[in-house]
Amino acid sequence: MQVNEFKPKIVAFCCNWCSYAGADLAGSNRLAYPAEVKVIRVPCSCRVNPMFILRAFQRGADGVIICGCHPGDCHYTSGNYYTRRRMALLFSMLDYLGIEKGRTRVEWVSAAEGAKFAQTMNDFVQTVTALGENKRLEDLRCKK
Amino acid sequence: MQKINREVLINKANELLSNGTINRVFGWEKGDFSYDVTPTIYFTADQMNKKFIFDDFCGANFSKYLVAETKKDQNKVGVFLKPCDTYSFNQLLTEHRFDKEKVYAIGVPCDGMVDEKKIKAFFGEGISSITSEGDEIIVDTLYDGVKKVKKADVLQERCQNCKSKKHVYYDELIGEDGEVLDSNRFDEVEKLEKMTADERFAFWQNELSKCIRCNACRDVCPACTCEKCVFNNPNSGVENKSPANEFEEKMFHIIRAFHVAGRCTDCGECSRVCPQGIPLHLLNRKFIKDINSFYGNYQAGEQEGSRAPLTNYTKEDLEPSEAVNKGDN
Repeated sequence: MQVNEFKPKIVAFCCNWCSYAGADLAGSNRLAYPAEVKVIRVPCSCRVNPMFILRAFQRGADGVIICGCHPGDCHYTSGNYYTRRRMALLFSMLDYLGIEKGRTRVEWVSAAEGAKFAQTMNDFVQTVTALGENKRLEDLRCKK
Repeated sequence: MQKINREVLINKANELLSNGTINRVFGWEKGDFSYDVTPTIYFTADQMNKKFIFDDFCGANFSKYLVAETKKDQNKVGVFLKPCDTYSFNQLLTEHRFDKEKVYAIGVPCDGMVDEKKIKAFFGEGISSITSEGDEIIVDTLYDGVKKVKKADVLQERCQNCKSKKHVYYDELIGEDGEVLDSNRFDEVEKLEKMTADERFAFWQNELSKCIRCNACRDVCPACTCEKCVFNNPNSGVENKSPANEFEEKMFHIIRAFHVAGRCTDCGECSRVCPQGIPLHLLNRKFIKDINSFYGNYQAGEQEGSRAPLTNYTKEDLEPSEAVNKGDN
């Protein structure tokens, strides 16, 4: 019998220099993380515009995670410090508008932390699965 | 103290126009009704005598107009600035949006502007004229005769919670300067924060669904001075059209407020011009409140040249996950 299990769609924005390499390492080490995670490579975590996050939700994502270098390790010296401030404000605003706060996350994953990448993604997928489908930021026109 | 009225301002403008300090001046113009006051530009004292007005409905903030106007002419342009307008003025100077050498700023006092939407809500339709007399507003209605209302009850929201009566920038001041006030402007934000997520969602769904995307909030905002706006981009899919569904309503307002976060002086123009009466200032104030609590108190525009919180950082900043949980308490 087929079980109709909810599988969330997750968009992960990964910085080219740390987290994307971290994801690569997770793969080379054969560490499992859910296939629901779709990785988008960005030059730096601070490339992620608030519009990207809202767009991801519009087009059917149930959770958005942004991964960057650890603070202090940014390839461009200070990009992730700006990400940290922006996302703190944006997430707080989404919460203020009543959108579940578990759907968005920022994590710092270095290129050496393949295990942390897999762990983070497993954890995030679990959180979003528990929250269920994204209803509050969905765009019905984008539903298939 | 000498009462500052229309004649004082016209005389001052006339003096500056005739001695060549300025060759034009921004002022408020009387509209069809006494409560619809429009911003305009005057070239002569004659024009001012005919149309200039300075009363309880002169809410318009001229700071943003200076960006385009200073580029048109080599001569100085005069401008009347109320205390809260000077914060926007300073913020635009900080962002190098215009040259202050081309502007002659005349500080004018303000004891709060009246919100005609509140008067209309009070008396319904058929208002033929509104005049003010001291602390009272006299409303002449077609159906119910002459009514009186306390000015304090019909002030604009931003004036009820006035943050400052102090001019932070002026070339010349008419009247006396006031003080920075302790306002309760974050009370309503706190009230919303105390609600559950479902209640907040329902509240904003209700408010934002009124949006007709007239873009007035963006066009009037003195912080929104980009020459190319994301909401004008035909490739963005959200180009100047009315929101098709709840997602677009929320997206427009989140992005609009986010783009001015850290630069918004809380002048309240967005809420004043909203034809649908959406409390847009509550979005901006949430950002201001968060910035104050996460990164230390910051008032945009208070000091020329200050660095906005979102273009700055410290190594010990709050993590986004902590920030979201902090908002709970």
